[in-house]
Formats: sequence, C-alpha cells, structure tokens
Amino acid sequence: MTALSALIRRDIRIALRVGGGALIGVLFFLTVTVLMPFAVGPDLALLSRLGPAILWLGALLASLLTLDRLFTADHEDGSLDLIVMSRTPLELACAAKALAHWLAAGLPLIVATPVLGLLLNLDGTATLAVALTLLAGTPALTFTGMIGAALAVTLHRGGLLLAVLVLPLSIPVLIFGVAASQAAITGPLSFGTPFSILCALSLVSFVVGPFAAAASLRHGLD
Amino acid sequence: MSLIDLANPTKFLALTARLLPWLAGATVILLLIGLYQSAMAPDDYQQGATVKIMFIHVPNAWLSMFVWGIMSIASLGTLVWRHPLADVAAKAAAPIGAAFTFLALVTGSLWGRPMWGTYWEWDARLTSVLILFLMYLGLIALWRAVEDPSRAARAAAVLTLVGAINIPIIKFSVDWWNTLHQPASVIRMGGPTLDNAFLIPLLVMAIAFSLLFITLHLAAMRNEILRRRVRSLQMMQANQKAA
Repeated sequence: MTALSALIRRDIRIALRVGGGALIGVLFFLTVTVLMPFAVGPDLALLSRLGPAILWLGALLASLLTLDRLFTADHEDGSLDLIVMSRTPLELACAAKALAHWLAAGLPLIVATPVLGLLLNLDGTATLAVALTLLAGTPALTFTGMIGAALAVTLHRGGLLLAVLVLPLSIPVLIFGVAASQAAITGPLSFGTPFSILCALSLVSFVVGPFAAAASLRHGLD
Repeated sequence: MSLIDLANPTKFLALTARLLPWLAGATVILLLIGLYQSAMAPDDYQQGATVKIMFIHVPNAWLSMFVWGIMSIASLGTLVWRHPLADVAAKAAAPIGAAFTFLALVTGSLWGRPMWGTYWEWDARLTSVLILFLMYLGLIALWRAVEDPSRAARAAAVLTLVGAINIPIIKFSVDWWNTLHQPASVIRMGGPTLDNAFLIPLLVMAIAFSLLFITLHLAAMRNEILRRRVRSLQMMQANQKAA
C-alpha cells in the first residue's frame, strides 16, 4: 500500500513540476472551447444548446492528448522497467498511475469547466450538470485510454495511432456524458438513468483498464 | 491430428493445401445455389425486389461480428497458449473482417436508399457497424505500424480482447442514444417472422459466406506464413552479406 501511495505521490509531483505539462491539457481545453464559436458563429442561443457537447468533446480530446505522457517518460528513464519488475502487482501499479494521471490532468479540466461554461452561455444548472458528468466520466476516459498508452509505449508509436485506437472505445462515455448533461438541462429524461450508466462505465473501466494495460506492458516490454 | 500438431507450419501448409480446393469448390457450389434461390425468391409486398439485397447484406453483417469472435479466440491463443499460428490467424482475419464489414455497410446503405430515402441514416445498427469498421481499421493500422510481427501480435491481441469486451457496450450505448434522438423512424423487417421462402435462401447464403470466409482465411494464413519465411530468408541473406 505504501508503495502504491508513493507511486501516486511521485507521479503527481512529476506532473505538476516544471516540464511535467499536466496543465497544458487545461490550456488545450480552453483553446478548443474558444475555437468553437468561430466555427459555429457567435449565436449565444446556439452555443448554449451545443455547450455540453462542446465541453465534452474538448475534455475528451484534452484527456486523450495528455495520455501520451502516462508511460513514455517512465519508459525513457527506465523506471517503467523497475515498476514492471517490482513485487507490487503490475495491475495495481497501473491503476495507481492512472489515478495519479487523472488527479493531475483530469481534475483540472473539471475545475476549469465553470469558467468555460460562462463563455458558452451555460446557466448554473447546466454548468453544474456538465461538471458532474465530467467528474463521473473522465476517469473512464483515463482508464480506457491507459490501454492505448500502454500499447503505444510497447510499440514505440504514439500520437495518431493512440488516438485512432482509443477514440472508438470512448464512444459510450461520450454518449452517456452528453445525454446526462442534456437531461439535466432540458429533460424530459431523468438525469439519474444516463448518469448511473456513466458511473457504471467508469467502474467497468477500473477493472478492464489496469488488467489490459498490465497485460500489454508485460507481454510487450523487452 | 490435433490443434497442437498444427503448431508446425509445415504440417499446417500441407493440410491446408489438401483442404483448400475442396473448400473452394463447396463455397462456389453453395454460393451458386444460394444466388439462384435468392433470385427465385418472391418479391416482398412492401419492399419489392429490393428485399433481395438482404441475402447479401445479412450474411456480411453476421460475418463482420463472427470474424471479430474468431480473432478474439486467436488472441487468447497468442496471449495464453502461445500457439505459434494464433497470431498468423488473427492477422490474416483482420482485413477479411474489415472487408465483410465494409460490404455490410455498402449493401445496407444501398438498401436504405430506396427504403428510407437516404443513403445514410444514423440508425443504431448502421452506426454500430460503422464503429466496428473503424475498430477493424484501427487494428489493421496497428498491425501495419510495427515491423516485428511477434511484437505487433501481442499488442493486437490485447486490443482485440479489449474490443471484444467493448463492442457489446458500444452496441448498447448506440442503441440507447438512437432511441433517445429519433424513436422508431426506421421501418424494420419483423425478424423472427421471416417466411420460409426468404429464410431458406438466407440460410444457404449464410453458410456459403461462412465457407467463403474459411477458405479466404486459410489461404490468407498460408500467404502470411510464406511471407514470414521470405522475410526471415531475406534477413539471413542480409546478415550473411554483412558478415
């Protein structure tokens, strides 16, 4: 247990330090959200209707782009080999790394959501709904994305290949995240149904993600 | 001869060399029978002659999922049993599965044009098949991104198994998403109440397409084995020249 909490603390510290780049994700999120009005026009009514979808897409892309860093830095300086060889089960170590990554790169996105909601003319309820769904859904994005990150590091290929492999897997999270936010804003559906499915998706990814990532690291690293 | 004997590629090549002509012959005969029966099948009272697209469309759609199942079993063979031919089977199946999925999409879209008045409808089934197609393409891209076949095989095996878990979840989500956005806008055939005049040709075509898949898959596996032999011979030659 101490090994895992040490791993989490270490990863967060590295991510927040100079050169860690955890906050670039938030900057990317802001930039994508600012770009949207240029594409669809400055119509406030339209923007508030599209708002949840824009925020969800921005958060999805931002968390995807930061995933590249999950294993590569550790692979380059050799600490990933130490983690693989250590007595801590690799599945738990992967889960700890994903949790640290979510705390450093995912949580800031949720904190930034209210500010971006203002830009998109979302009212209080809508902003709260989007932030809540992001809180429930982004862990699923990180934990399924971790599989792609593990594959990418064993293949020495990142970037576009990672995106192509991970994006189809994140479709369910996108569907239920946007649906739950829309349900809270306009109805007629209850917020609870899609929101609990979203939580279920996150829970499933907690199980599947670490095992698949650990399997690909164990079979792929040499 | 058990599965473990086939681990020897030479034995596999010898066995498939004897099997393939018979399989190919059976495929051609069944396809001819199926196509004849499909052509003779009566027109649907609502859909007219376009219902005959179904005899091509449904077997393709069925195989698009069946091939992913085959690849998942092969991936277990790669990761768990380390069967030497498992990754050859998985690699050879991916492009064939992608082709079946593509044909299912094209025939579905051609069927949709007269029925729904549009080539593309964000119907739940069409959408989930499209996502399946994207996943096939991603898998092929993964195979092509890495030169070392055994390294690519293990990565592809993990991705295939993750996909096998995720495909039902994606299918469920897309169904849910579609019913939310546009309830019951699409006319569907009443699945189980299919008349025998349609059911028998459909079954014959389904068996014929499955045989077609097995034939193509075995042939593609042979090609892959030979390609790997050529590759290792070339590398040996390059090593000799260097030495």
